[in-house]
Amino acid sequence: MKNDLTLNLTSNRYLPKGLPIPVPEADGLSEPYWQGLKEGLLKVQRCVKCETWQFAPEWICHRCHEIHPDWVTVRPKGRIYSWERVWHPAHTVIRNYGPYLAVLVELPEAGHVRMIGNLLGDPLQDVVIGQEVVGIFEHHPEELPPYSLLQWRLA
Amino acid sequence: MPLKPKRSLRGKAAIVGLGETVYYKHGKSPFGEFELALQAILAACKDAGLDPHEIDGFSGYSDERSDSTRLASALGIHRMRTSLMQWGGGGGGCCAAVANAAAAVSTGMADCVVAFRSLAQGQFGRFGAAGSDSTISGEKSYLMPYGILAPPTRFAMRIRRFMHEHKLEQKALRAVAMASYHHAQANPRALMNGKPLTENQYDESRWIVEPLHLFDCCMENDGAAAVIVVSEERAKKFKQKPAYIMGAATGASHRFGAMAHNSPNYGSADFETLAPDLFNMADLSPSDVGSVQCYENFTGGVVMALAEHGFFKPEEANNFLRLENLIAPNGFLPLNTSGGNLAECYVHGFELIVEATRQIRGTSTSQAKRNDVALVIGGPMVSPTSNLLLGSEEVL
Repeated sequence: MKNDLTLNLTSNRYLPKGLPIPVPEADGLSEPYWQGLKEGLLKVQRCVKCETWQFAPEWICHRCHEIHPDWVTVRPKGRIYSWERVWHPAHTVIRNYGPYLAVLVELPEAGHVRMIGNLLGDPLQDVVIGQEVVGIFEHHPEELPPYSLLQWRLA
Repeated sequence: MPLKPKRSLRGKAAIVGLGETVYYKHGKSPFGEFELALQAILAACKDAGLDPHEIDGFSGYSDERSDSTRLASALGIHRMRTSLMQWGGGGGGCCAAVANAAAAVSTGMADCVVAFRSLAQGQFGRFGAAGSDSTISGEKSYLMPYGILAPPTRFAMRIRRFMHEHKLEQKALRAVAMASYHHAQANPRALMNGKPLTENQYDESRWIVEPLHLFDCCMENDGAAAVIVVSEERAKKFKQKPAYIMGAATGASHRFGAMAHNSPNYGSADFETLAPDLFNMADLSPSDVGSVQCYENFTGGVVMALAEHGFFKPEEANNFLRLENLIAPNGFLPLNTSGGNLAECYVHGFELIVEATRQIRGTSTSQAKRNDVALVIGGPMVSPTSNLLLGSEEVL
């Protein structure tokens, strides 16, 4: 299920280059998630036994304790659960950048798990909790190591 | 009188000494962190009338860097019997450090434990700045690439959610900030002493991250604070009026710390499980509390924490949180009576323990009318967090 929104991003990054690059832990726990993003796929854990959704990933289902939850590809569609507009730069690379918007998005199609991203568009826009959003993959094949993020825009 | 629970800390230990260093702006301490720790511990011993060699345990939190073994050697204590560290939760552990010390002395594991916090942020990193890692994994990997880099950005969305669910207004946050600044004006130790805050200054101050203005966020400082904890049997052998541990609770609700902001109860300071445990152990209720010291990492966290301790319902917060209700001596609920993290000194909440002890002694610079029961609430919104009820002999 390749996401057709991949090409919709007008500039290729929301925040300036130089913030920490996400990588899986040494034990590989989140590797399927980050690899999925690089392929334009959003993967979330779901228990093979009780079907509980889980994010961030863990080695075990928190509900029934079945080991090794499955990785399921889900549509990057969600709702804004909370948000913030950031003005103060806590990192040198954003010293003269901003404000910027970060949103907490819940995914009703994946057990309402939540994930953080940036809300694309005017950083001064009014943001309303409950608004529907769709995911946009932000790819960085040029970086070492290469990585991808999942951003959001109003549906 | 209701039966006391069989397993309880209630009245079994007391704070008999307190010590603080001079408080400094961050990076401005002329002393290193370890020396600050020594200064605070020696001051606490002097206050108690205790020979420092008699200390037999140390209790810390948030990965305290002033190591117990080095302290034991430096102070030449006769023997060390306990070395305690609250695991995780940063400033959420400030009350737990006292509770763990109380647990040790009340069970015979030790006799005289010093609980403390020391920090020199010029020597070491700041709590409020992002690290300089080039790659990141685990919890931070889901946050930092999106600009969620430091505590203000990590917690603002919890506060925003609570504001949304309960129609909380910005002026409630402002009242919390104003209370700390108000009390700092009476406290010569406070870094913001002589720098009062007006409503207009708050409203005009820059955003750090909406909904948090500059004055909604704690300072960053250098300093150290310590208290001496002994068992109830020994409490009256020292110089000062004992402040008894009436109750304590630590921990987190179901999956509160689930990564990437997946707490089931998200718009919360996470005291909904701790507060009932605390009041049950103490056999006290919110209406018995004379003053509250509540860790202001951010004012919005204080609002949620006070609601979760039962002082008002979330939907009553806009009415309850007015400056006149929050100031000593006559306010309904005197809050952060030394100036707290916002305006006295951000010793990661340990200055709040010291101030609550002063309230029990009756020696605060902003003394509450009722000084037999004082509440301390550790860092809101973190996991695990902790809280503590202190009381005078009259409420035992």
